[in-house]
Amino acid sequence: MSDADTRLTLEQLHCERDDRVLFRGLSLTARAGEIWQITGANGAGKTTLLRILVGLHGFYDGGRHWWQPDWQRELLYLGHQPGVREELSPLENLDYACALNAQGGDAMAGLKAVGLQGFEDVPAAHLSAGQKRRIALARLWLAPKAIWVLDEPYTAIDQDGVAQLDARIQQAAEAGTLVIYTSHHQVGEGVRRLHLAKGRAEVLS
Amino acid sequence: MSAFGAALKRELLVLWRSPAEMINPLFFFVMVISLFPLAISPKPEVLAVIAPGVLWVAALLAVMLSLDGLFRRDQESGVLELLLTAPVMAVVPVTAKLLAHWLLTGLPLVLVSPVLAHMLQLPNAVLGTVMLSLLLGTPALTIIGAIGAALTVGLNRGGILLAVLVLPLYIPVLIFGAGVIRAAAEGGAVNGILAILGALLALTASLGPLAVSAGLKISSGN
Repeated sequence: MSDADTRLTLEQLHCERDDRVLFRGLSLTARAGEIWQITGANGAGKTTLLRILVGLHGFYDGGRHWWQPDWQRELLYLGHQPGVREELSPLENLDYACALNAQGGDAMAGLKAVGLQGFEDVPAAHLSAGQKRRIALARLWLAPKAIWVLDEPYTAIDQDGVAQLDARIQQAAEAGTLVIYTSHHQVGEGVRRLHLAKGRAEVLS
Repeated sequence: MSAFGAALKRELLVLWRSPAEMINPLFFFVMVISLFPLAISPKPEVLAVIAPGVLWVAALLAVMLSLDGLFRRDQESGVLELLLTAPVMAVVPVTAKLLAHWLLTGLPLVLVSPVLAHMLQLPNAVLGTVMLSLLLGTPALTIIGAIGAALTVGLNRGGILLAVLVLPLYIPVLIFGAGVIRAAAEGGAVNGILAILGALLALTASLGPLAVSAGLKISSGN
């Protein structure tokens, strides 16, 4: 099963929350260049699964193995909340996120790519929900990372933004990034889908 | 820029742009202390007895009140998740946060304390000791309180729980902080007690940020 392209292996992952089984017996292998979409009803455990993957949630049984010990260096995680402080401008927010994540790249070019040119020095409190989300998404246009874990990246994004994000995710996958995201929106062809429902996890391709 | 430098700059900016969080502790400190002469007695001999305790209890409560929201906004906005999933050890941004928080909320208390000590009729020779005791004590209070704030960040109303968790841990700092001012006012030796305060600061400053990071991880679900 394991080869040079393998990025993530899950073995019999089992997670319960408030005495309710979110998923059991979840096993999969995700490789570089693949796009995984995680679907399921509200409360099915999509966010919890992503939080387990990135190491934020520790209450689970089974195995979760990334391909290398310092996988966090190669992780780009965008959580359920955009991670934007309203007191700071888009540029300051982005600089902080990049400094913590040792992610290089031209922050201004990133903001331009997500359509925030001209807003880079406006406090985020004056921006809309979609624009705040775009500040977080700007990191997708900076230095490449080997794994993207995105929790509902399409929330509050307009139609043009959705198309642009689709193209960016496809482009990154072609360049060898493993993309795992939760959303009801499908990026395009060839996306692997993991569906969580009633305690079961099914892989649909 | 290093991760620590970037984090420190960011924390200072965030606090600087929410002036209420910066000014409230200072205002609380000044107001509480000025109430005592009005409520008890303006007589110098009475005030001189209670002054060390009043200064320190007010400083302690001011620091504690400022800590309730230390991580809350970061948690609500998702910045905390960013911080905990980053390859940089959480201790680095946490230390930057504590330093920035103390610089903008703790240090003003130290700077204004000679005026308040004078108002409480403490002799001028003691004002230096008052400042020094707060300079050593308030960072320790900030760090200890931050451990409680990290553990209660996930709870809706953590304010009271924070006080219950943190106040007992504040007692040693309070005893030696107020004690050193009293000793100075009575003309006794102060170096020994200041050294103990310094030791408390060294202990909290070296281990505290690790405990705060661990607390944040626990709060996030680990």
